[in-house]
Amino acid sequence: MVYFYVGIAGTVGALLRYAVSLPFVHSDTLFPYGTLIVNLIGCYVLALVTRLFHEKVQWNRTYQIAITTGLVGSFTTFSTFSVEVIQLMELHHYLLSFLYVCISLFGGLACSYLGYYKSLKSGDCK
Amino acid sequence: MIEIICFIGIGGFFGAISRYWVSQQLGKLNVKLPIATFVVNIVGSFLLGLIIGSHLSERITVLFGTGFMGAFTTFSTFKLDIIKLLDKKEQKVAILYIVMTYILGICSAWIGLLIGNYFTQ
Repeated sequence: MVYFYVGIAGTVGALLRYAVSLPFVHSDTLFPYGTLIVNLIGCYVLALVTRLFHEKVQWNRTYQIAITTGLVGSFTTFSTFSVEVIQLMELHHYLLSFLYVCISLFGGLACSYLGYYKSLKSGDCK
Repeated sequence: MIEIICFIGIGGFFGAISRYWVSQQLGKLNVKLPIATFVVNIVGSFLLGLIIGSHLSERITVLFGTGFMGAFTTFSTFKLDIIKLLDKKEQKVAILYIVMTYILGICSAWIGLLIGNYFTQ
């Protein structure tokens, strides 16, 4: 049954990812803003939700897995990121490609860090 | 439009379930490196490269690419795993994990694209 919930949440996550990236698909810009925004938001939300489930909210374990692994896990993507890096390089936009890797690397870590450590007030955590 | 939404939804359903299945299988291994997330990201990058490089129809690309591979691979869990490793003072494992995922992920997408291009020329 956990698999079913993860699947349903995965459907919602994938559709949300598509919805967020849609405005950028037909824009003139080469830079993959859609994937970057989705990934950064997802990093913050996953860290925050994981912390909330750990510290404060006592939810059914199945729902927790559906939200974290299913919803947020499917919302963010690594494969699209990898392919976009190569596509930018194929168009000889090496600097843009390098910038994309750096922003996703450090920006993603910063968002996870903020979600994990800074989102709950100091008194809220053990 | 409705068709595209359905394909992405179906792909996302099976992509998420497949990732969870892999994490259940590989989660039993006693290693410091988050091996399940690592494996799905590398394999998924290769397969998405293959799909994009093969220039398939829009429906197939959306179903298997945007839907399935997009949901099968994950960026948020990858980053949270690094924060957790750093929290446990496992700096060396964290750096190894970052370097391996980025280099192997991008390289496998590149190889996938090359193979896809080769067979469709």
